[in-house]
Amino acid sequence: MKEKLRNRPEIFLVPVVFIFVMWLWETLINRLEVKETILPTPSRIGEALIMQFQNAYFWQNAWVTTKEALYGFFFATLFAIIVGTFVSQIKIVEKTVMPYLVGFQAIPKVALAPIFIIWFGFGQTSKVVMAATIAFFPILINIIEGLKSADSDRIRMLRVFGATRYQIFRKVQVPSAMPFFFAGLDVGILLAILGAVVGEFLGSQEGLGNMVLVSQYNFETPTMFAILIVLSLMGIFAHIIVRAFQKKFAFWADNSHIVGT
Amino acid sequence: MTQDQSAIQDASSEASWISVSGLHKIYKTRAGGSTHALADINFKVRKGEFISIVGPSGCGKTTLLNVLAGLISKTEGSAQVAGQEVSKPLPEIGMVFQAPTLLPWRTILGNVMIPVEIQKRDKKQYKQIAMDLLKLVGLDGFEDKYPNELSGGMQQRAGICRALVHSPSVLLMDEPFGALDAMTREYMNLELLRIWKESNQTIALVTHSITEAVFLSDRVIVMSPRPGRIAEIISIDLPRPRTLDMLTSDAAGAYVQRIRHYFSSSNVIE
Repeated sequence: MKEKLRNRPEIFLVPVVFIFVMWLWETLINRLEVKETILPTPSRIGEALIMQFQNAYFWQNAWVTTKEALYGFFFATLFAIIVGTFVSQIKIVEKTVMPYLVGFQAIPKVALAPIFIIWFGFGQTSKVVMAATIAFFPILINIIEGLKSADSDRIRMLRVFGATRYQIFRKVQVPSAMPFFFAGLDVGILLAILGAVVGEFLGSQEGLGNMVLVSQYNFETPTMFAILIVLSLMGIFAHIIVRAFQKKFAFWADNSHIVGT
Repeated sequence: MTQDQSAIQDASSEASWISVSGLHKIYKTRAGGSTHALADINFKVRKGEFISIVGPSGCGKTTLLNVLAGLISKTEGSAQVAGQEVSKPLPEIGMVFQAPTLLPWRTILGNVMIPVEIQKRDKKQYKQIAMDLLKLVGLDGFEDKYPNELSGGMQQRAGICRALVHSPSVLLMDEPFGALDAMTREYMNLELLRIWKESNQTIALVTHSITEAVFLSDRVIVMSPRPGRIAEIISIDLPRPRTLDMLTSDAAGAYVQRIRHYFSSSNVIE
């Protein structure tokens, strides 16, 4: 145990820093008599969080946002795989499509949310579209980069043994793309959650984003913070799941050199 | 065709299992000029013979090997392997590369089986061959390991198994031991001679080590650069089986000296 602490002091330091910051926060708010509607104490946020956990209405909304984010993430991944495959394999497609993709990426996608609401209504569809739109690009770029990253010596090796283009694609390019693909998914899933919440901000009857708005309307600041914590936990949970898949399906990769977009 | 005639023809094709004649390779450069990488290359290799190709960098030795592997096209002339003109990679050929070039997501056995999968051969039957080859190179017990769990020398041995698994009659080797340290390299040279003896392949080895070429080969093809052509083909009349002690013999020293002469006269230090 002692040995472990010496080698990895962070095991000890991370919770200590957390407790210290919470204590400082709590003390300062009480001393300075900051209004709860401006900035609540950690203990009040904790109470609000526990209250929400006991509330069926909260779980319904959490499920709505989760569903929107997951559907958006799914469609973003699906389209990214299709577009990425064509772009990386066919030169003329790449040359034709790339300028449009770069142009599309330049749009601040959050600004599209009002338009999506006009097109798809206040229901969940507009949120799914928003989530997919935001998550699409980083996943796509990673797929394209990944498929093109295949080592030329490995391709040459397959060619010597008579491989067809499809065999090269399946046996070298796709596996080479896996570490990039998962890096893209890692960023994409967080952006999908972001997209769903942003969509809810701009017009919705349900979801965690909607709950934040309602809490704001009622000056329930502790609840707003509590939901913020829930959204972060969702993101962390999603990240851990993507990582687990990555460990299984791209176990060979040293992905320290892969940038997450 | 009478039996006599076909016997003669077999004998003649065995005498020229690899046959290169009047081979030229000209690369177009981006600037619009052209590079004469290979100029009028002529040589024949007997079935079961071990030849090495040496020469200073830029002499086209790797280009020549790539032409034989069917990876790059000829500009002029002919290159035949086992009686077939090489215009694309032939199943008759196995190749060992400078780096082991193993796929990190496959086990050692999975890597060795790559040619079998690509050429859609019977996996069950060839799995046994792959296992036998791994045993032959001393990698039995490592078949389920991943490449990054093996040392460089072991990886290269797995690369040799991969080149041999589909029982090609010709083994092309592109500086296969260049990345290894001197000790491992000598050991791998001995291993290669042992594998060659057991598998009876025709081997063409590109190397930048003159001693390695002399030690391993029946004949050494010495090339010179700009344009890449054959300077001399030297028969190495050292007894077989060869031992590392022979490297220090006067006869071997004379061969090394004679080949080195070509390197220094082209003013290239390697």
